[in-house]
Amino acid sequence: MSEFLELKGIAKSFGDVQVLNDVNVRFNKGEVHALMGENGAGKSTMMKILTGIHMPTSGEIFLKGESLKIKNPREALSKGISMIHQELSSIKDLSIAENIFLGREPVKYGFIDYKEMFKKTEEVLNSIGVALNPKTKIRDLKVSDMQMVEICKAISYDAEIIIMDEPTSAITDREVEKLFGVIRDLKDNGKSIIYISHKMKEIYDICDVITVLRDGDIVATKPTTEVSNNELISMMVGRELEDVFPDKNNVVGEPILSIKNFSKQSMFNDINFEVRKGEILGIAGLMGAGRTEVVESIFGLHKLDEGEIQVNNKTIQINGPWDAIGKGIALVTEDRKEQGLALCRSVKENISISSLASIDKYGVLDRSIENEKVNDYIKALRIKLHSKNQEAGQLSGGNQQKIVLAKWLMTSPSILILDEPTRGIDIGAKSEIYKLMVEFANKGFAIIMISSELPEILGMSDRVLVFSNGEKTGELTREEANQEKIMEYATANLR
Amino acid sequence: MLETKIEKTVGKLNFTPKQFLRDFGIIFAFLLLIVVLSSLNSNFLEYNNIINVVRQVAINGLLAIGMTYVILTGGIDLSVGSILAFSGVVSASLVTGDSELPVLLAVLVGIMAGSILGFINGFIIARFNVAAFVATLAMMSIARGLTMVYSNGNPISGLSDGFKFIGGGELIGIPIPVIILFIVFVLGAFILQKTRFGRYVYAVGGNETSARVSGIKVNRVKIAVYTISGMLSGLAGVVLSARVTAGLPQAGTAYELDAIAAVVIGGTSLVGGRGRLWGTIIGVLIIGVLSNGLDLLNVSSYFQMIVKGIIIIAAVLFDSKVNKG
Repeated sequence: MSEFLELKGIAKSFGDVQVLNDVNVRFNKGEVHALMGENGAGKSTMMKILTGIHMPTSGEIFLKGESLKIKNPREALSKGISMIHQELSSIKDLSIAENIFLGREPVKYGFIDYKEMFKKTEEVLNSIGVALNPKTKIRDLKVSDMQMVEICKAISYDAEIIIMDEPTSAITDREVEKLFGVIRDLKDNGKSIIYISHKMKEIYDICDVITVLRDGDIVATKPTTEVSNNELISMMVGRELEDVFPDKNNVVGEPILSIKNFSKQSMFNDINFEVRKGEILGIAGLMGAGRTEVVESIFGLHKLDEGEIQVNNKTIQINGPWDAIGKGIALVTEDRKEQGLALCRSVKENISISSLASIDKYGVLDRSIENEKVNDYIKALRIKLHSKNQEAGQLSGGNQQKIVLAKWLMTSPSILILDEPTRGIDIGAKSEIYKLMVEFANKGFAIIMISSELPEILGMSDRVLVFSNGEKTGELTREEANQEKIMEYATANLR
Repeated sequence: MLETKIEKTVGKLNFTPKQFLRDFGIIFAFLLLIVVLSSLNSNFLEYNNIINVVRQVAINGLLAIGMTYVILTGGIDLSVGSILAFSGVVSASLVTGDSELPVLLAVLVGIMAGSILGFINGFIIARFNVAAFVATLAMMSIARGLTMVYSNGNPISGLSDGFKFIGGGELIGIPIPVIILFIVFVLGAFILQKTRFGRYVYAVGGNETSARVSGIKVNRVKIAVYTISGMLSGLAGVVLSARVTAGLPQAGTAYELDAIAAVVIGGTSLVGGRGRLWGTIIGVLIIGVLSNGLDLLNVSSYFQMIVKGIIIIAAVLFDSKVNKG
């Protein structure tokens, strides 16, 4: 394989914080190259340097043997480097075609040539087997389709190097297969793919070479076939991880929360279940199965058409999140940036925001109690930061997730609902969050955990509910549950 | 306990130059402005002139404090000038002629009138999800119309001496409007920094969705900030009527622009969630000092408008420069 893109001695610092030290790596033609590492290891910074968002402090980039300076994203694109971002960045009120050709619309007599644009878009969509109308607005697409559009966009630049940052975080298994088909085609056509993911299985399925980053250094670059799963994990975290999932010794007791006849039109229908003290209840299913909507309704974020909530066998009325919090329910939402944090406010303010009622007198905050409590949670959850007065947005994904968790633990809940608690965070932080969950259950409290990662469902749940298309289609004990059964129930209502 | 104390001190001293510039740059800009203006004109730093400046900025100061609350939640209030006029006219009408009421009552009615209009703003914005720009633009027109209807478009003069004292009086050499502004500022800053409600204001502006999920009654917070803005507009209307010794129905035209300008110059982000009340006060002083200084230098008011615009842009550019990455 011929050498294609090479980074030599790349270093980057922000102020006095060194994010990358002396990175040397080669990406070859026709290769899928996995880039792995915990959050904060420097992956994003490295990619931002390649795509012209940041300039390296020192070091050189070579493309086909020639030294190259990438000053801005446009220049990166013109050199054939294109990136699919983890966060969907399409403009929602423009059509698929307008998004794909944004900034380089085909022009005829000074006007946009829509005919040509739609035709070309159709070609790109077809090339990866996506059946969508190019005229559809992004707003009207499912999340998974939005992701496919992003991928089309990257491909449409005729890029030679395509960077994919967690491309499967929002798509179903079937679509992952489709995506992998596309990646294999690209590879056969001599493109070079840089693949960033936390999902081990994907890495082994699709990648040829793995580079592991840790604390701004490259730990190793090895062919996928020569690294075992455990070896990979220990390279990333720098220590042997006995097991990602902690030993579970929580004891399941009486029912604490019961959901009866939950229905809401076009979201979910006649949902019934209960969760017990000391239990971790997993809810599995595909994207769009209605799981998130159900727990959001428990929390008072949607108005139910029908249904009843009982806590400790007493029917309760929940009109909004404030009522739910008052009843000892906490919800760690799916999307921490959109729903979980005020990124421009301090870590401290984010952690205490839901518990202020317990640390004020006549509306005036007692700062010493607040500081003390916040410090306790920062310590207990091992949140890594310079100062609790730092803006939440400056921390890595895993630490941000811990802030959200700290916020909710501080409300002293007896029922903790977690929606995709470990999405997009590294394996070290994952394992810590799992430990916290077991500790929480051990105190006799209940956990409801929605997850799209089957290993997580199987590793953590005492009982598993499976949702499909707005209905509960299955319920499995820990002993009964396995991947095949869950997938069978999860697809039960799909046509 | 000791640990938190040490941490507090270290946290306070431990500024990077960039953070320092971001947090205190505006003070240096203000001091620089004073140095330049006083070197150009020797009258500038005289006691009488200083008193004159602070008396003039009191009105905009009151409006800008309310505006800061609104902007911190990510909103905007374009109706402050009209509400000021309405309250000014209403309170003036109560202390003139045969039906003269006690001063305090007239003041309270004026403030109340402003609060009610502000509450309506907030209610429409929160309950019906109307864009703040639109709702308060409508209120700007409605309140001005109410003022004209109430006063028949005529100034209301012949106010009682007690009422006029609020605008023209002094206490130990300090003008009453300045004392009012100072009290409102201290109270306003205390609420923002030290109370639960203050935190909620920042949280709603920082991320409304997450604030709602966190259990904050977002609608109540929004209604509260517009009510506060209306209340302070009402108070400003009372003070202005007392100072000019008449209720003027056309008062306060375009005052919202100066209030917003002060907030922006003071470093509060227009998208919400970031900003400080003392910054706003410095912003108010910069605008006031600048226009006074340029007056003393005989610069025409037309030219002053251009300078003010340039300063606003400069302040925003400075902010976005230091806040980047």
